[in-house]
Parts: sequence; structure tokens; C-alpha cells
Amino acid sequence: MKDTKATTAVKEEIRNMTCIVCPTGCQLEVKIVGDLIEVTGADCRRGEEYGRNEVLNPVRVLTTTVKIAEGTLPLLPVRTTEAIPKELLYEAMTALADIELKAPIKTGAVVVENLLGTGIDLVASRDMDHK
Amino acid sequence: MEKFLRCRGYLCTLDLGSFLHSHIPNEEVKWLGKRSHYDAIVIGGGVVGTAVLRTLAKLELSAALLEKETEVGWGVTKANSGIVHSGFHSEPGTWKTKLSVLGNQMFDQLCEDLDVPFKRNGMMLVAATPEEEEIIKHYYNQGLINGVEGMEILDQKALHQLEPNLSPQISMALRAPSGGIVLPFELASAQAENAAANGAHVYTDMEVTDIDYNGSVFIIHTKQGMSFTSEYLINSAGLYADELAKMCNLDIEPIIPRKGEEYLFDLKVGDIVSHTIFPVPTPTSKGILVIPTAEGNIMIGPTALELPYKDDVTTTPQGFEEIFSSTQELVPGLNRRDIITSFAGVRAGSPTGDFIFQLSHDGKGVHLRGIESPGLTAAPAIAEHVLTLLKDAGLEKPAKKDFNPRRPRVVRFNELSDEEKAEVIQKNPLYAHVICRCETVTEGEIVDAIRRGAKTIDGVKFRTRAGMGRCQGGFCTPYVVDILARELGVSPLEITKRGGDSYLLAAEAKALLKGGTLCD
Amino acid sequence: MTKVIETDVAIIGGGPAGLAAAVSARKAGAENVVIIERHHELGGILQQCIHNGFGLHRFREELTGPEYAYRFIPEVWDDPKIDVYLNTMVLDLAKDQSITAVHPSHGLITLRPKATVLAMGCRERTRGALNIPGTRPAGVYTAGAAQRFVNMDGFMPGKKVVILGSGDIGLIMARRFTLEGAEVKAVVEVMPYPAGLTRNIAQCLEDFDIPLYLRSTVTKVHGKDRVEGVTVSQVDDAWQPLPGTEMHIPCDTLLLSVGLLPENELTQMADVPLDSRTQGAVVDQNRQTLIPGIFAAGNVLHVHDLVDYVSEEAEIAGRAAAEYALRDGDTRQEKITVIPGENVSYVLPQRLDPDAETEFYLRVTKPIDRITIELGGVRLAVRRLVRPSEMLKIRLRKDHWEKLKQENGETSLELVLDAKAQPVPSPRAQREGVRQ
Repeated sequence: MKDTKATTAVKEEIRNMTCIVCPTGCQLEVKIVGDLIEVTGADCRRGEEYGRNEVLNPVRVLTTTVKIAEGTLPLLPVRTTEAIPKELLYEAMTALADIELKAPIKTGAVVVENLLGTGIDLVASRDMDHK
Repeated sequence: MEKFLRCRGYLCTLDLGSFLHSHIPNEEVKWLGKRSHYDAIVIGGGVVGTAVLRTLAKLELSAALLEKETEVGWGVTKANSGIVHSGFHSEPGTWKTKLSVLGNQMFDQLCEDLDVPFKRNGMMLVAATPEEEEIIKHYYNQGLINGVEGMEILDQKALHQLEPNLSPQISMALRAPSGGIVLPFELASAQAENAAANGAHVYTDMEVTDIDYNGSVFIIHTKQGMSFTSEYLINSAGLYADELAKMCNLDIEPIIPRKGEEYLFDLKVGDIVSHTIFPVPTPTSKGILVIPTAEGNIMIGPTALELPYKDDVTTTPQGFEEIFSSTQELVPGLNRRDIITSFAGVRAGSPTGDFIFQLSHDGKGVHLRGIESPGLTAAPAIAEHVLTLLKDAGLEKPAKKDFNPRRPRVVRFNELSDEEKAEVIQKNPLYAHVICRCETVTEGEIVDAIRRGAKTIDGVKFRTRAGMGRCQGGFCTPYVVDILARELGVSPLEITKRGGDSYLLAAEAKALLKGGTLCD
Repeated sequence: MTKVIETDVAIIGGGPAGLAAAVSARKAGAENVVIIERHHELGGILQQCIHNGFGLHRFREELTGPEYAYRFIPEVWDDPKIDVYLNTMVLDLAKDQSITAVHPSHGLITLRPKATVLAMGCRERTRGALNIPGTRPAGVYTAGAAQRFVNMDGFMPGKKVVILGSGDIGLIMARRFTLEGAEVKAVVEVMPYPAGLTRNIAQCLEDFDIPLYLRSTVTKVHGKDRVEGVTVSQVDDAWQPLPGTEMHIPCDTLLLSVGLLPENELTQMADVPLDSRTQGAVVDQNRQTLIPGIFAAGNVLHVHDLVDYVSEEAEIAGRAAAEYALRDGDTRQEKITVIPGENVSYVLPQRLDPDAETEFYLRVTKPIDRITIELGGVRLAVRRLVRPSEMLKIRLRKDHWEKLKQENGETSLELVLDAKAQPVPSPRAQREGVRQ
């Protein structure tokens, strides 16, 4: 076999990662050869997709809290309806620090529409009654 | 967002029977620079200082106590083993012997009046070798000379009948039924509370920095900026009594700080022994003991390590091994897995080996030094002795006619019968809200503790046991913080574990995201 | 004077186990069910677990803790035959199932159920249990207490954090603290592998570049009033600190995520025998304890890693409790004892009715690449890469019983459950370098 470095200009990169799609936590090996991405080690298709995404556009669901006035608790747990780009997590946290809602609110109610232009909403993840 | 003041100069006084003095920042500022005069001032709010204060409160005079910590009983007292000694350990004729034998006899009435849990569970000094048996006989004879009542020597069979979990190696025991156990912090705080109810003032977070004498009164300066004057001064500053004595120009030998570590077991092993079990003593201490506490836990310790500093309250792996291996020889059934917490304290070791009573300023200054074991036992008798010394120096005040020796009873929900529980709940629904699930401590008890002077998490914990159980506050701390903040009228950010900078919480939610500390 | 409540099924605890048990007891025909919950709302610890990852097995989606709880709570509230007593603390449970509790408006109450489900959950191990040397300043919290402060009470307990133990709550809190603007300096784990789920190592630590120190522990706490730092040392195979490896980490907070313990104080009051391995009750396939009529499910029985299986287990217990209540007793037969064997740290149920078709819940003692699970020498299943942090579920079917009878005879009253390591590592394990 010939030396691959000599024969191709396309860089080959291998990344190892833990799949976070489910509690199984498969160890993925993602091989990147130019535009080609090959994922091995995943037990399911969603794992393969996760591996591919981690290279192209890593995303995470953000779960956090926002302040809420007059509720039974001072904080309301919230989540993004879908995963947002990982690099936006801190920016989202800073932006959400200034929000203050008012109780009552229901599970699933939209707290922030189109969070940071992602097209993804932030919603309440529990009911919060008026105190 | 509102920022809360993080400086406390001066906290509360337990004032004329009203215990509900929350610390309000504005009020603190008002007190700064103020000077107050009293007939007598006690410096140091340990079990001895508070006993002296309560004794003074029986007279028609004005008395105050200055304590540098946030609560009384926070110094040497807090880590005391809680043993009320029978009095066979110390040599005849010493202050230790005289005052501890006398003090021991005063405990039933004292604890009854103050509603402090006290039990005469008895002491057992045990021997496993013929040499140790000889030592035991020596202590028996010494106890007889000291006037200790009810002692008996038990043979192997008799001692194991009383304490079946003692090591089978143990062949002889000296049993002294007058030995008891008490909660040292509870006693100190109860004495302070009762003194305050009878008119004495208790200042906490008030650290004495200097003492002057102008020929007729002492002038006492504090770190917090407030000063005091008094005709009589009682230095009961425990570990720091030597430093205060120096402020009064006494040339004295320094106190010997002696650290002790203790380890506490889960309640479930609480009945492994009923007596306090002593090995034969060493030259510097009574040895490492197995102690059934007044709250039903088993405690083992203490070590006795002489140190050049007074503030080392660390526990160490060496200390643990020393304690655990020693107590395995006494009660081999103790399992290290059942330990729920550990702590260390520093005792005020005496340079002479006995309690020291030293006078200054024509006897108007009384300095109590080296009040080491059995200082807790002797405390009520020490207080009486101090009063005698003050009278010798000219203190002449009549007894207070309306002195009330009794402290309002403490509701200990867990100890009540079902009928009593129903009754207290009916009177106050806060007793239906259990906050600490391990020890079954209710909100009613916590609020009561705060009204009696608790200002901190540890203050609540030591008064009510909330957070003292197997989960060690894992579940109840957030609730106790909440109740303290509510009752004291401050932000939870202001609540401390035990005063000083021991804040529990660092910031309000989201505050760290706005302060620019966030970086990508 | 005290209010007495008669009911078919009483459930102690309104967390995930109690909720699922209540719903399933009703479905199985219980006329009335009472849930006793010490908190002011249902849902238990799920309410403070605001992160997602719950319910993937059960609902095929990733829910947050409160969302998972809300899959059950409305069903419980809307059922007029389920009475919920909030802010109510059980003080005593007798062997005859008589329950004494304290309720905010009724005061002391007594329940006399026909069947009882214990669903009290668990608590966190503390510093005292670990005996960490050093001072005792403010700023040492269990991860769960910190989680409550951060997610529910609205306070940050600290700004610079070291986490001892790599349990899931600790890992989750590492991410929460970081996102909320605090700095997590390190996670320290005494074992050579993490205690929490692998995916939490990835999404809670690696995502935020938080270092994980394995085979290390906190050997000293520094600071007089508030934590000022910790000493971290490496440990040897016997978990003893190695001199010379000390590293000082300045911090203001030490979080402990060093394991959970089932809360069985009430269980012990009723003299229910416990299993020293699970620290929960010994139960049969119906999750009935050795005291007839008392059942247990969820983390009070054994500490689960996934709430999905808590619900599943509680449904078993709830259904069986209802059946017991309706029958007004038990026709008990002699049960078979299941003993954890090779590489098995614990197995549930510990007792089996002969011919019971059930599912074993078990954990292994160490990470193993390939195992076969055998009961009394009969192979039940083969599994790839298993870790102590992941509970295994292994089905016991009718055909297994037939084989068992062939091999052990009809009368065997003890069966050993083994997890036997297979010699050939899988490609996946080879990649991960798991040692046998």
C-alpha cells in the first residue's frame, strides 16, 4: 500500500467522541476525509447523525431558568424546543439573564420566540402558579 | 438588583426578656461609637462565662456579656464532649476536684430550670490488663477521698452484664453512676437566654481589643467600635483568657492550646453503650472515650494534641486513625461506616494543670484561666466561686426579688407523645411542618430557636438538631436559610453558617452572568 | 382525636415512583389511593432536575425533570379516587401498616391502608460519610442541595467550584454552574472510571473543558469561615492518597456527588428486612417486601440511574399493591432466593415465586466488555460492554424456568445469578480500551 499522505491532498481527520443521544453513550469514531464523513461505533442511526452533526454543526438543547415574579418559585425552568448551536449557549444564557416573567405560566408556553435568531423557541418546562 | 450590606459591626442583644432582636443593618450603624456602662461585664460567652452572667443576673445589678463570635457557646464549649464528670479523675484538694464535685451536684437543678437535656448515664473507667486494674483501684480510692458517691468496682461478668458490647478483653471497670451527659452548647445558650430574661445584656459579634482602667472603672474597647465601662470585670475568654489578662497587665504564662478531634455516629448505633466509657488516662488527657451524647448519638474522641496555635480546628486522617483504633479496643462493634460527621475543637490547657483564678485591680478583675476538663462540670460551681471573689472585692448587691430561674420550655417535637404533638400543632401549625426529616425538626422549633437567639445555620442546628442527622443538612439547609432570612428580615445572602464570613450563598441567580465574569 | 383514613393503597412519597405507583394501583382496580408527600408539590426531586434526558425509554423523547413529572401529575390530580396529602410528613410506619403522619391542617393523622407502597427515594452521601479531613467552613454542599439553590431558590452557592465525585448530579451541576457564570475548576473521582453516565461526561464536562481527575480525591478542605481551597491527591488501588501527588485548587465551594443512599428509616421502623447490597428492602418480583402488604419501588429500593425504570418498577409495585388490597391478603408460597454471583454487585428481585416471569434489575461490579448473564447456570442473556453506572434489565422467561428445572431439579430454593465475562473483547471495547 502506498503512503496516503503522498497520494492525496485531502486531509484525513479522525475524531473520537461519546454520543449523547441516549444514556447508552456509544463511543463514536468520526472519520473526516474532505466532504466525506464516516461514523462508526454508533448503535443506532440517531447516533450516526449525532456524529455527523458534531463535525458540521454541533448543537445542544439548552435547559436553564429565567426569573419569574409573583410565582411560587423565583425561577421558572425553561428549555429550547430543539437543539441550538453549541457556540450560542453562553450568549443565550447572558441574554436570558435579563428576562423576568410574571406568573402564572403553563408548561410549553413560549418564553422567547426565535431565540437568538435560531428559529428555535424557548419554552416553559413546568407550570408556575401565582403565589 | 438590591445589594445587601456585607458588614456587621454589632448584632443583637438579648434584651430584657425579649429575644426577638433581629440584626438590622441601620441599627448596627447607630450603635457604632456608643459607650455603655454596666456594674459587671463578663468577657467570653462559653459555658463558664454564661454561668457567671446568670449568677450575676440573680443580683440587683447591671451585667453584660461580650462574646466575639456570632453566638454564645461558639468557642471551646461547642466542641466539648458534654461529659458531666463524677470527680474521681482529679487529685484531691485541687480546684478541679472541689469545683467539679460541687458542680456535678448542681446539674440536676440547673438543667431542670433551664430545660436542658441532661442524663446521669454513669461513667465507666475500664481496664484490660492487671496494670490497668491497679490504676482503676487507685482512681476508686481517689474518688472516695474526693467525695464521689456511689462508685463501685465491677468484675468482668458484672461489667459485661451492664455493657455487653464492651470488648471481651476488658476485665474490670470502675463505675461512677453520678457521671452524666449534657449538651454543652445548649447549656451555654440556655444560661445566656435565662440571664437575658432576667435583665442581663448579651452582646455577640463583640470582640474585645483592649482594656483600660481609670482608677475606678474598666474601659473595654471592641473591634466593632463600641466601648463599655464597668466596675467589675470577669475574664472568661477561654482560649484567649491569657491575652485578655495581658491587657490587664498581668504577667502570666500562656494557655496551652490542646486540639481534640471527635467523630459522631448515626443515631442507629446510639445504644451500643449506655455509660460513658473511659480508658485509663494518659498524662495529658482522660484518653479517647466512647460517649453516648445527650441526644442519643455515640461520639468517639477526643485526641489531645498540643499545638502552638488556637484556631486549628481541622480534622486529620491521623486523628481519625488514633481515635478509631483506640475505641475499637473498647467497643469493637463500632463501624466506621456509621460515622456521620466529625469536628475538632481546641481546649484551653492550663499551664499549671489546675484551674487558675487570678485577680487584678484590687480584685475587681477576676481572670479565669486554664478551665480545661472538667470545666463544663465545674461551670456552675465556678460561677458561685467567682461571685464570692467579687464580694471579697467589695461587690455588695441584694438578690433580685423577681429573678426567674426557669427558661421557657423548649418544644422538642420528636420527643413528644402523639397527644402532645397534636396539642402543639393545634396551638401553632408551624409544628406540623417538618423541615429536617432525619431528626424530625419542625418549622415551629426553628422559629422558636431564632427567637431565642439563633442567627446562623449552626445556631439553629445546635439548638434544634436540624441538619445534624444522617443527611447532614443536605435536604433542610435551603429551608433553614429561608426561615432564618424571613425571621431575621434579611436576604438569604446574609445568612451565615456560623458568623464571620461564613456566608452560605455567593450571589443571586443570574447575577454572575451580568457581572462580566462570563467569558467564552 | 386524630383523623383516621382508611384506604386500599397508601403510597409514601409523591416523586416519580409514588406517582407511577398511584396511577398503576388505580388501573389495577384499587378503589382509593392516598399519596403522602412531604413537599408542597408532587414530582419529588424531578422538579429540581431541570435538565433534559428523562423519558427516552418510556416516552421516546427527551424530557426535562419537571416535564417528566407532568406526564403523571395531571392524571393523579384529576383522579378523584387518588387523595394527595401535601406538606405531610410520615413520622411512623408500623409493621401492621398503620401510618402516623403530620399534616398542616389536620395535624396528626393516621392511615390504615390495606397495602402500602414505600416510595421515599434516596438521599445524598455527605462529607461526614467520607470523613474528608480539614476545616469545616461554609461552602461544602451536596450536589443536590446546590441544585435546589440554583434551580429553584434562585441563588448561586459559589463562584469557584470543585466537585468531588462524578455522579450524574455532580456532572449536571458542573454544567449548570458553568452556564450560570461560575467557574468549575475540576471534577475529582476516586475510581478509575466515572460514576455517572458516559454521555454526561461528554455533554457536561467535555463541552465546557472542565477537567476530570480520575483515581483522585479531596484530601483536605481549607478555609476558616468559607471554603478557600481544597487539596486533591491521587490514590492507589486501595483508594489511599499517594504522598507527593497533592495539588492545591483554590475555590469557594466544594460540591459532593459521591453517591446516593436509599432512605429507609421508615422501612426499618416497620421491621422490613433490608438487603445490605442495595440498602433497600428485600423484595419479590412484585416488589413486595418480606412484610406482607408492604411494597417498595424506586430509589428507596435501589438507586436507579434512569427515572424511566423507576416508573416501570413503581408500576409493578402499584399494581401488585392494588391486587393485594383487593384480595385482602396474600396467598404466599415458598419463594426462591436469588443470590448475586460472579461480577454482580446486586440483583433485584431477591426473591422469586417459582415460575415467575419477570425482569431482573442488576448491576455489575466493574466495567466488563462482554458478559453472559446466567441464573443457576442457565443462560438468560448476553450483553456487550456493561458498566457499574448502568443498571441492566434481564428478562426471565418461561423457557428459562424449564431449563432451570432440568438442570437444578424442582426443589432448588437458591439460585445464583452470575455475570460471566466472555474472553473475546468486542471491537467497541477494544477501541475504548476497557480492561477486563
